Amino acid sequence: MKKLRFLLEKEFKQIFRDKSIVAMIFVLPIMQLGILPIAMDFEVKQVNIVIIDNDHSPLSSKLINKIGASGYFKLLAYEPSFRQGLEYLKSSEADIVLEIPNSFEKNLIKENAAKVNLTVDAINGTKSSMGSSYLTSVIADFNNNIQIFQNKNIVQPVIINIENSTWFNPYANYSWFIVPGILAFLLTIFAGSISATNIVREKEMGTIEQINVSPIKKWQFLLGKLIPFWVMGMIILTIGLLVGIIFYKIRPIGSIPMMYALSGIYLIALLGFGLFIATISNNQLQAMFISFFFIMIFALMSGLFTSIESMPEWARIISHSLPITYFIKALRMIILKGSSFADIQYIFVILIGYAIGLNGLAILNYRKTT
Amino acid sequence: MNITEANITNNNGLLSKEEKEPVIICKDLTKKFGDFVAVDHITFEVNKGEIFGFLGANGAGKTTAMRMLSGLIYPTSGQASVAGFDVYHKQEKIKKNIGYMSQRFSLYDNLSPLENITFYGGVYGVPRKEIKERSRLLIEQLGLQNEANKLVASLPLGWKQKLAFSVAIFHEPKIVFLDEPTGGVDPITRRQFWDMIYEAASRGITIFVTTHYMDEAEYCNRITIMVDGKIEALDTPGNLKRIYNENSINDVFYKLARKATREE
Repeated sequence: MKKLRFLLEKEFKQIFRDKSIVAMIFVLPIMQLGILPIAMDFEVKQVNIVIIDNDHSPLSSKLINKIGASGYFKLLAYEPSFRQGLEYLKSSEADIVLEIPNSFEKNLIKENAAKVNLTVDAINGTKSSMGSSYLTSVIADFNNNIQIFQNKNIVQPVIINIENSTWFNPYANYSWFIVPGILAFLLTIFAGSISATNIVREKEMGTIEQINVSPIKKWQFLLGKLIPFWVMGMIILTIGLLVGIIFYKIRPIGSIPMMYALSGIYLIALLGFGLFIATISNNQLQAMFISFFFIMIFALMSGLFTSIESMPEWARIISHSLPITYFIKALRMIILKGSSFADIQYIFVILIGYAIGLNGLAILNYRKTT
Repeated sequence: MNITEANITNNNGLLSKEEKEPVIICKDLTKKFGDFVAVDHITFEVNKGEIFGFLGANGAGKTTAMRMLSGLIYPTSGQASVAGFDVYHKQEKIKKNIGYMSQRFSLYDNLSPLENITFYGGVYGVPRKEIKERSRLLIEQLGLQNEANKLVASLPLGWKQKLAFSVAIFHEPKIVFLDEPTGGVDPITRRQFWDMIYEAASRGITIFVTTHYMDEAEYCNRITIMVDGKIEALDTPGNLKRIYNENSINDVFYKLARKATREE
């Protein structure tokens, strides 16, 4: 235990002498949480539309006005022919081309039905599906008004009105979803790479040999590395939470001590992962490549951006074998839903398992005598 | 002067057989890396308080032999014990009883001399109070009063090496292993370095040192000349010169090392 104190003294001195690490603790959470969630917004705000009105009737211009007034669309151009309209789609200037046929008003009045032609650029899936459904709803609304306007005695079909109520994130604000996720990811990047590169740097400098030839125990050495980085991770978490509160008004609903406990365990697991990488790499480049290989998988498979439930079976299995998946889930549950310990008890158990397993692996794989 | 006197007394000490107390015993010790035999069946004993020199060209296997004895790597075959502990199973016990100064400078550049002494002293279990007292004294002896709180990175190489040696023996080990401790150091500092080695030996610390400076070999009580992983000669510098009929260890070394087939 006395030896551990000497180790910790040394590590803390070295860390706080390294200006770049100190800067990283503050800059990383502020930059990543301050900027990324604003840029990474899936909400569709401006759909560019090109309209071909072949009818030139009062009803068709009424429809066009309604589309323009809806606020979702930006009218790029009116074109005389569908072919010319399509050029906008090909050059990616427009997202949707709406063609109104020349018998639009006549058919609507005579046959009580008319068709319009919607052509959608589906490369950006989210934008196209959102855009076309906005447009469909605008047209449907227009349709209802027409029937009322004509005052025909038609029997209105029974309409089931669906009223949405959004829970836990009442304004369906995307940043509420993404901020806790990015916070979790931030801790992952930090913990997954710093312990690896730090130990490998001692390998490169040759100082690790001086450690290996001393009577220090493997666990003492690794714990001496783990504790300072754990403290730094907790500082990053705190700054990240403050950024969330100040920039995004995301005040954690659930228990904050519980969230810290969970994050503390997760950090131990990820630092252990970094320590394990350090035991298998010989230089910092190798360590960085290995840890970033895994961090990429963590980013894409953890449900950070996408829904795990909609992944194919094999991907779901991978996703559920990553500790970050559970951490992101639990962090969102605590911050946004205010979930209780009983709700996330199983996540605690899983993360403790990872913490023990990964650190055990690091201790086992670290050899003072080769 | 200082050195030659100490040399004589140590040699005399060795000659009285009843004082012999081997602290390193090595028998047919071998290390292979794949097909390459780095160290080939070396056998020798080193006695307590002795300055034992390990000579050889680059790649002769000096460092590998030293790393086996200090518990950093496992031997492939043969037996060895250091400070009474077996190198296969009791490395951690060995590590408690030895000091080690590697070929590469291995103090922390971004810590001060005082912090380095404190850290390594602590790692070897020297009580904090004792570290405080003795490190102050050591800094004075090394003449580092003005540099005690500056980072080691800013020290000249010669000072770094002297500091590294002081750190390696700070916990008063039974044996200290020095791997080319004076590489790249100027002649005056080398001389001072050897004064420090003699001082440590006079306190009963056994010195196991590798070098390829032949003048340094003359300072040793006994020397071993390694060629291609094998021990070609082992005796006092005086005896070696007599046996090979040469005027200096330099000439003895050339005579033996010419046989080497291994390239660096």
